[in-house]
Amino acid sequence: MLKIDNLKVNYGGIEAVKGISFDVPDNSIVTLIGANGAGKSTTLRTIAGIVEASGGIITYDGEDILHKKTHEIVGTGITLVPEGRRVFPDLTVLENIKIGAYLRKDDLSDDIAMVYDLFPRLKERNWQLAGTLSGGEQQMLAVARALMAKPKLIMMDEPSLGLAPIVVQGIFDIIKEIHKQGVTILLIEQNANMALKIADMAYVLETGSITMSGTGKELLADERVKKAYLGT
Amino acid sequence: MDAFLQNCLNGISIGSSYALIAIGYTMVYGILRLINFAHGDIFMMAGYFMIIAMTDLMLPWYVSVILVILATVLLGVFTEKLAYKPLRSAPRMSIMISAIGVSYLLQNLATYLFSALPKSYPTIGFLSQKIVIGNISTSLVTFITPILTILLVVGLVLLVNKTKVGMAMRAVSKDFETAQLMGIKINNVISMTFVIGSALAAIGSILYFTPRTQVYPLAGSLPGLKCFVAAVFGGIGSVPGALLGGFLIGLCETFIKAGRFSEFSDAFTFVILIVVLLFRPTGLFGEKISEKV
Repeated sequence: MLKIDNLKVNYGGIEAVKGISFDVPDNSIVTLIGANGAGKSTTLRTIAGIVEASGGIITYDGEDILHKKTHEIVGTGITLVPEGRRVFPDLTVLENIKIGAYLRKDDLSDDIAMVYDLFPRLKERNWQLAGTLSGGEQQMLAVARALMAKPKLIMMDEPSLGLAPIVVQGIFDIIKEIHKQGVTILLIEQNANMALKIADMAYVLETGSITMSGTGKELLADERVKKAYLGT
Repeated sequence: MDAFLQNCLNGISIGSSYALIAIGYTMVYGILRLINFAHGDIFMMAGYFMIIAMTDLMLPWYVSVILVILATVLLGVFTEKLAYKPLRSAPRMSIMISAIGVSYLLQNLATYLFSALPKSYPTIGFLSQKIVIGNISTSLVTFITPILTILLVVGLVLLVNKTKVGMAMRAVSKDFETAQLMGIKINNVISMTFVIGSALAAIGSILYFTPRTQVYPLAGSLPGLKCFVAAVFGGIGSVPGALLGGFLIGLCETFIKAGRFSEFSDAFTFVILIVVLLFRPTGLFGEKISEKV
């Protein structure tokens, strides 16, 4: 499991994350919710080793990963589905899927069949360049690509951003399906309503600090959360 | 008619060695968005390496060729690690200025080590053999250069499009950060780019200097600029574009020299640069600038 302890990150001259602590237990869905600029993306990017922390501890299965490089972190079984999907636009759909398994040396055919099973739309578009896919299809591709690394933990940065409501529902169904197959999920979302419904544990991030935490159900029922994030 | 064919052959041959150098510009630009101004001087250093190997150490040509390629690759990779890698997150202008610095450094280093006087380039016996086809007589190197170049380009295109490392290169060229998230070690991919670019520059230097017979510290400067024009002409970032750009620059140059305007042949190359930048800034096969957000 992933354990974050007193993580601090300076980003662009400001302290974007001001000493946050939380756990992601095995086989759980944990979500961080909060407004734009609260430090959610920075937290995930720091775990993935793209951004450097200025203090704190991140351990994964008891191993310190704070000072590891991104490719080593991917090797331990953590992948990030980045904000804005970031598929490789001039690689084909199949190449995008294959590149997700870049570090693996074993046979990929079973896993390619598995993700095509999960996302039949992608199979139809096998040879298309990823840049020509719709936003929803690109999001599916970004998730499929992340799955190809056979991760134990998938971190997703705003998977519903900019997608039509019906597509968002589809993406959340997929998240639940992936979770059922035994993958731990750390999800950050502005769509707090959807995220809290599926989360085992949830944390509210405000300007770099965790201000509330609880199970998904507890936060859904919380008056302050309702007012600030659910708009009800 | 014979003169025309002779010029075509010469033009394609010189154009091929331009193409090999232009590929180095285009690949580094594709990955780092850097115009590596030191590339022409790496090519010049490869010329001196050949002199050291064959003239000073008296090694046989086939050993020398391998040594020259290895030494040039080392120099290219070393340059990247020392002068470009520390500037990875700096503004693009800084790394470009660093490249210009490396260019002057190599030119002056060559002057210091080998003096400014031209040194004669060793002859590789079989490459200088005369061959006669119909009424055209030429040395074997003029004939071999285009064939070898096309084979190398085909190999390179296959590498980029069909192999895992090629896929990683294409991914890194689009998006450093996401490529890292796939587990790709981007520094290795960048080094690989410099290995390929420098190796091709080394082969290009052998094909270029053999018929020209001498090397001097500024010998890489003008060919380097011409090859840069070839890369822009073909569409910077595109390997087949660099090949075509090299051919076209080589042909134009040869025909202008064969006409009565030989003193304008270099100027003409840069007229091409200006015209391309004015009317088709992305070159023949360049990537479209428009990016989907």
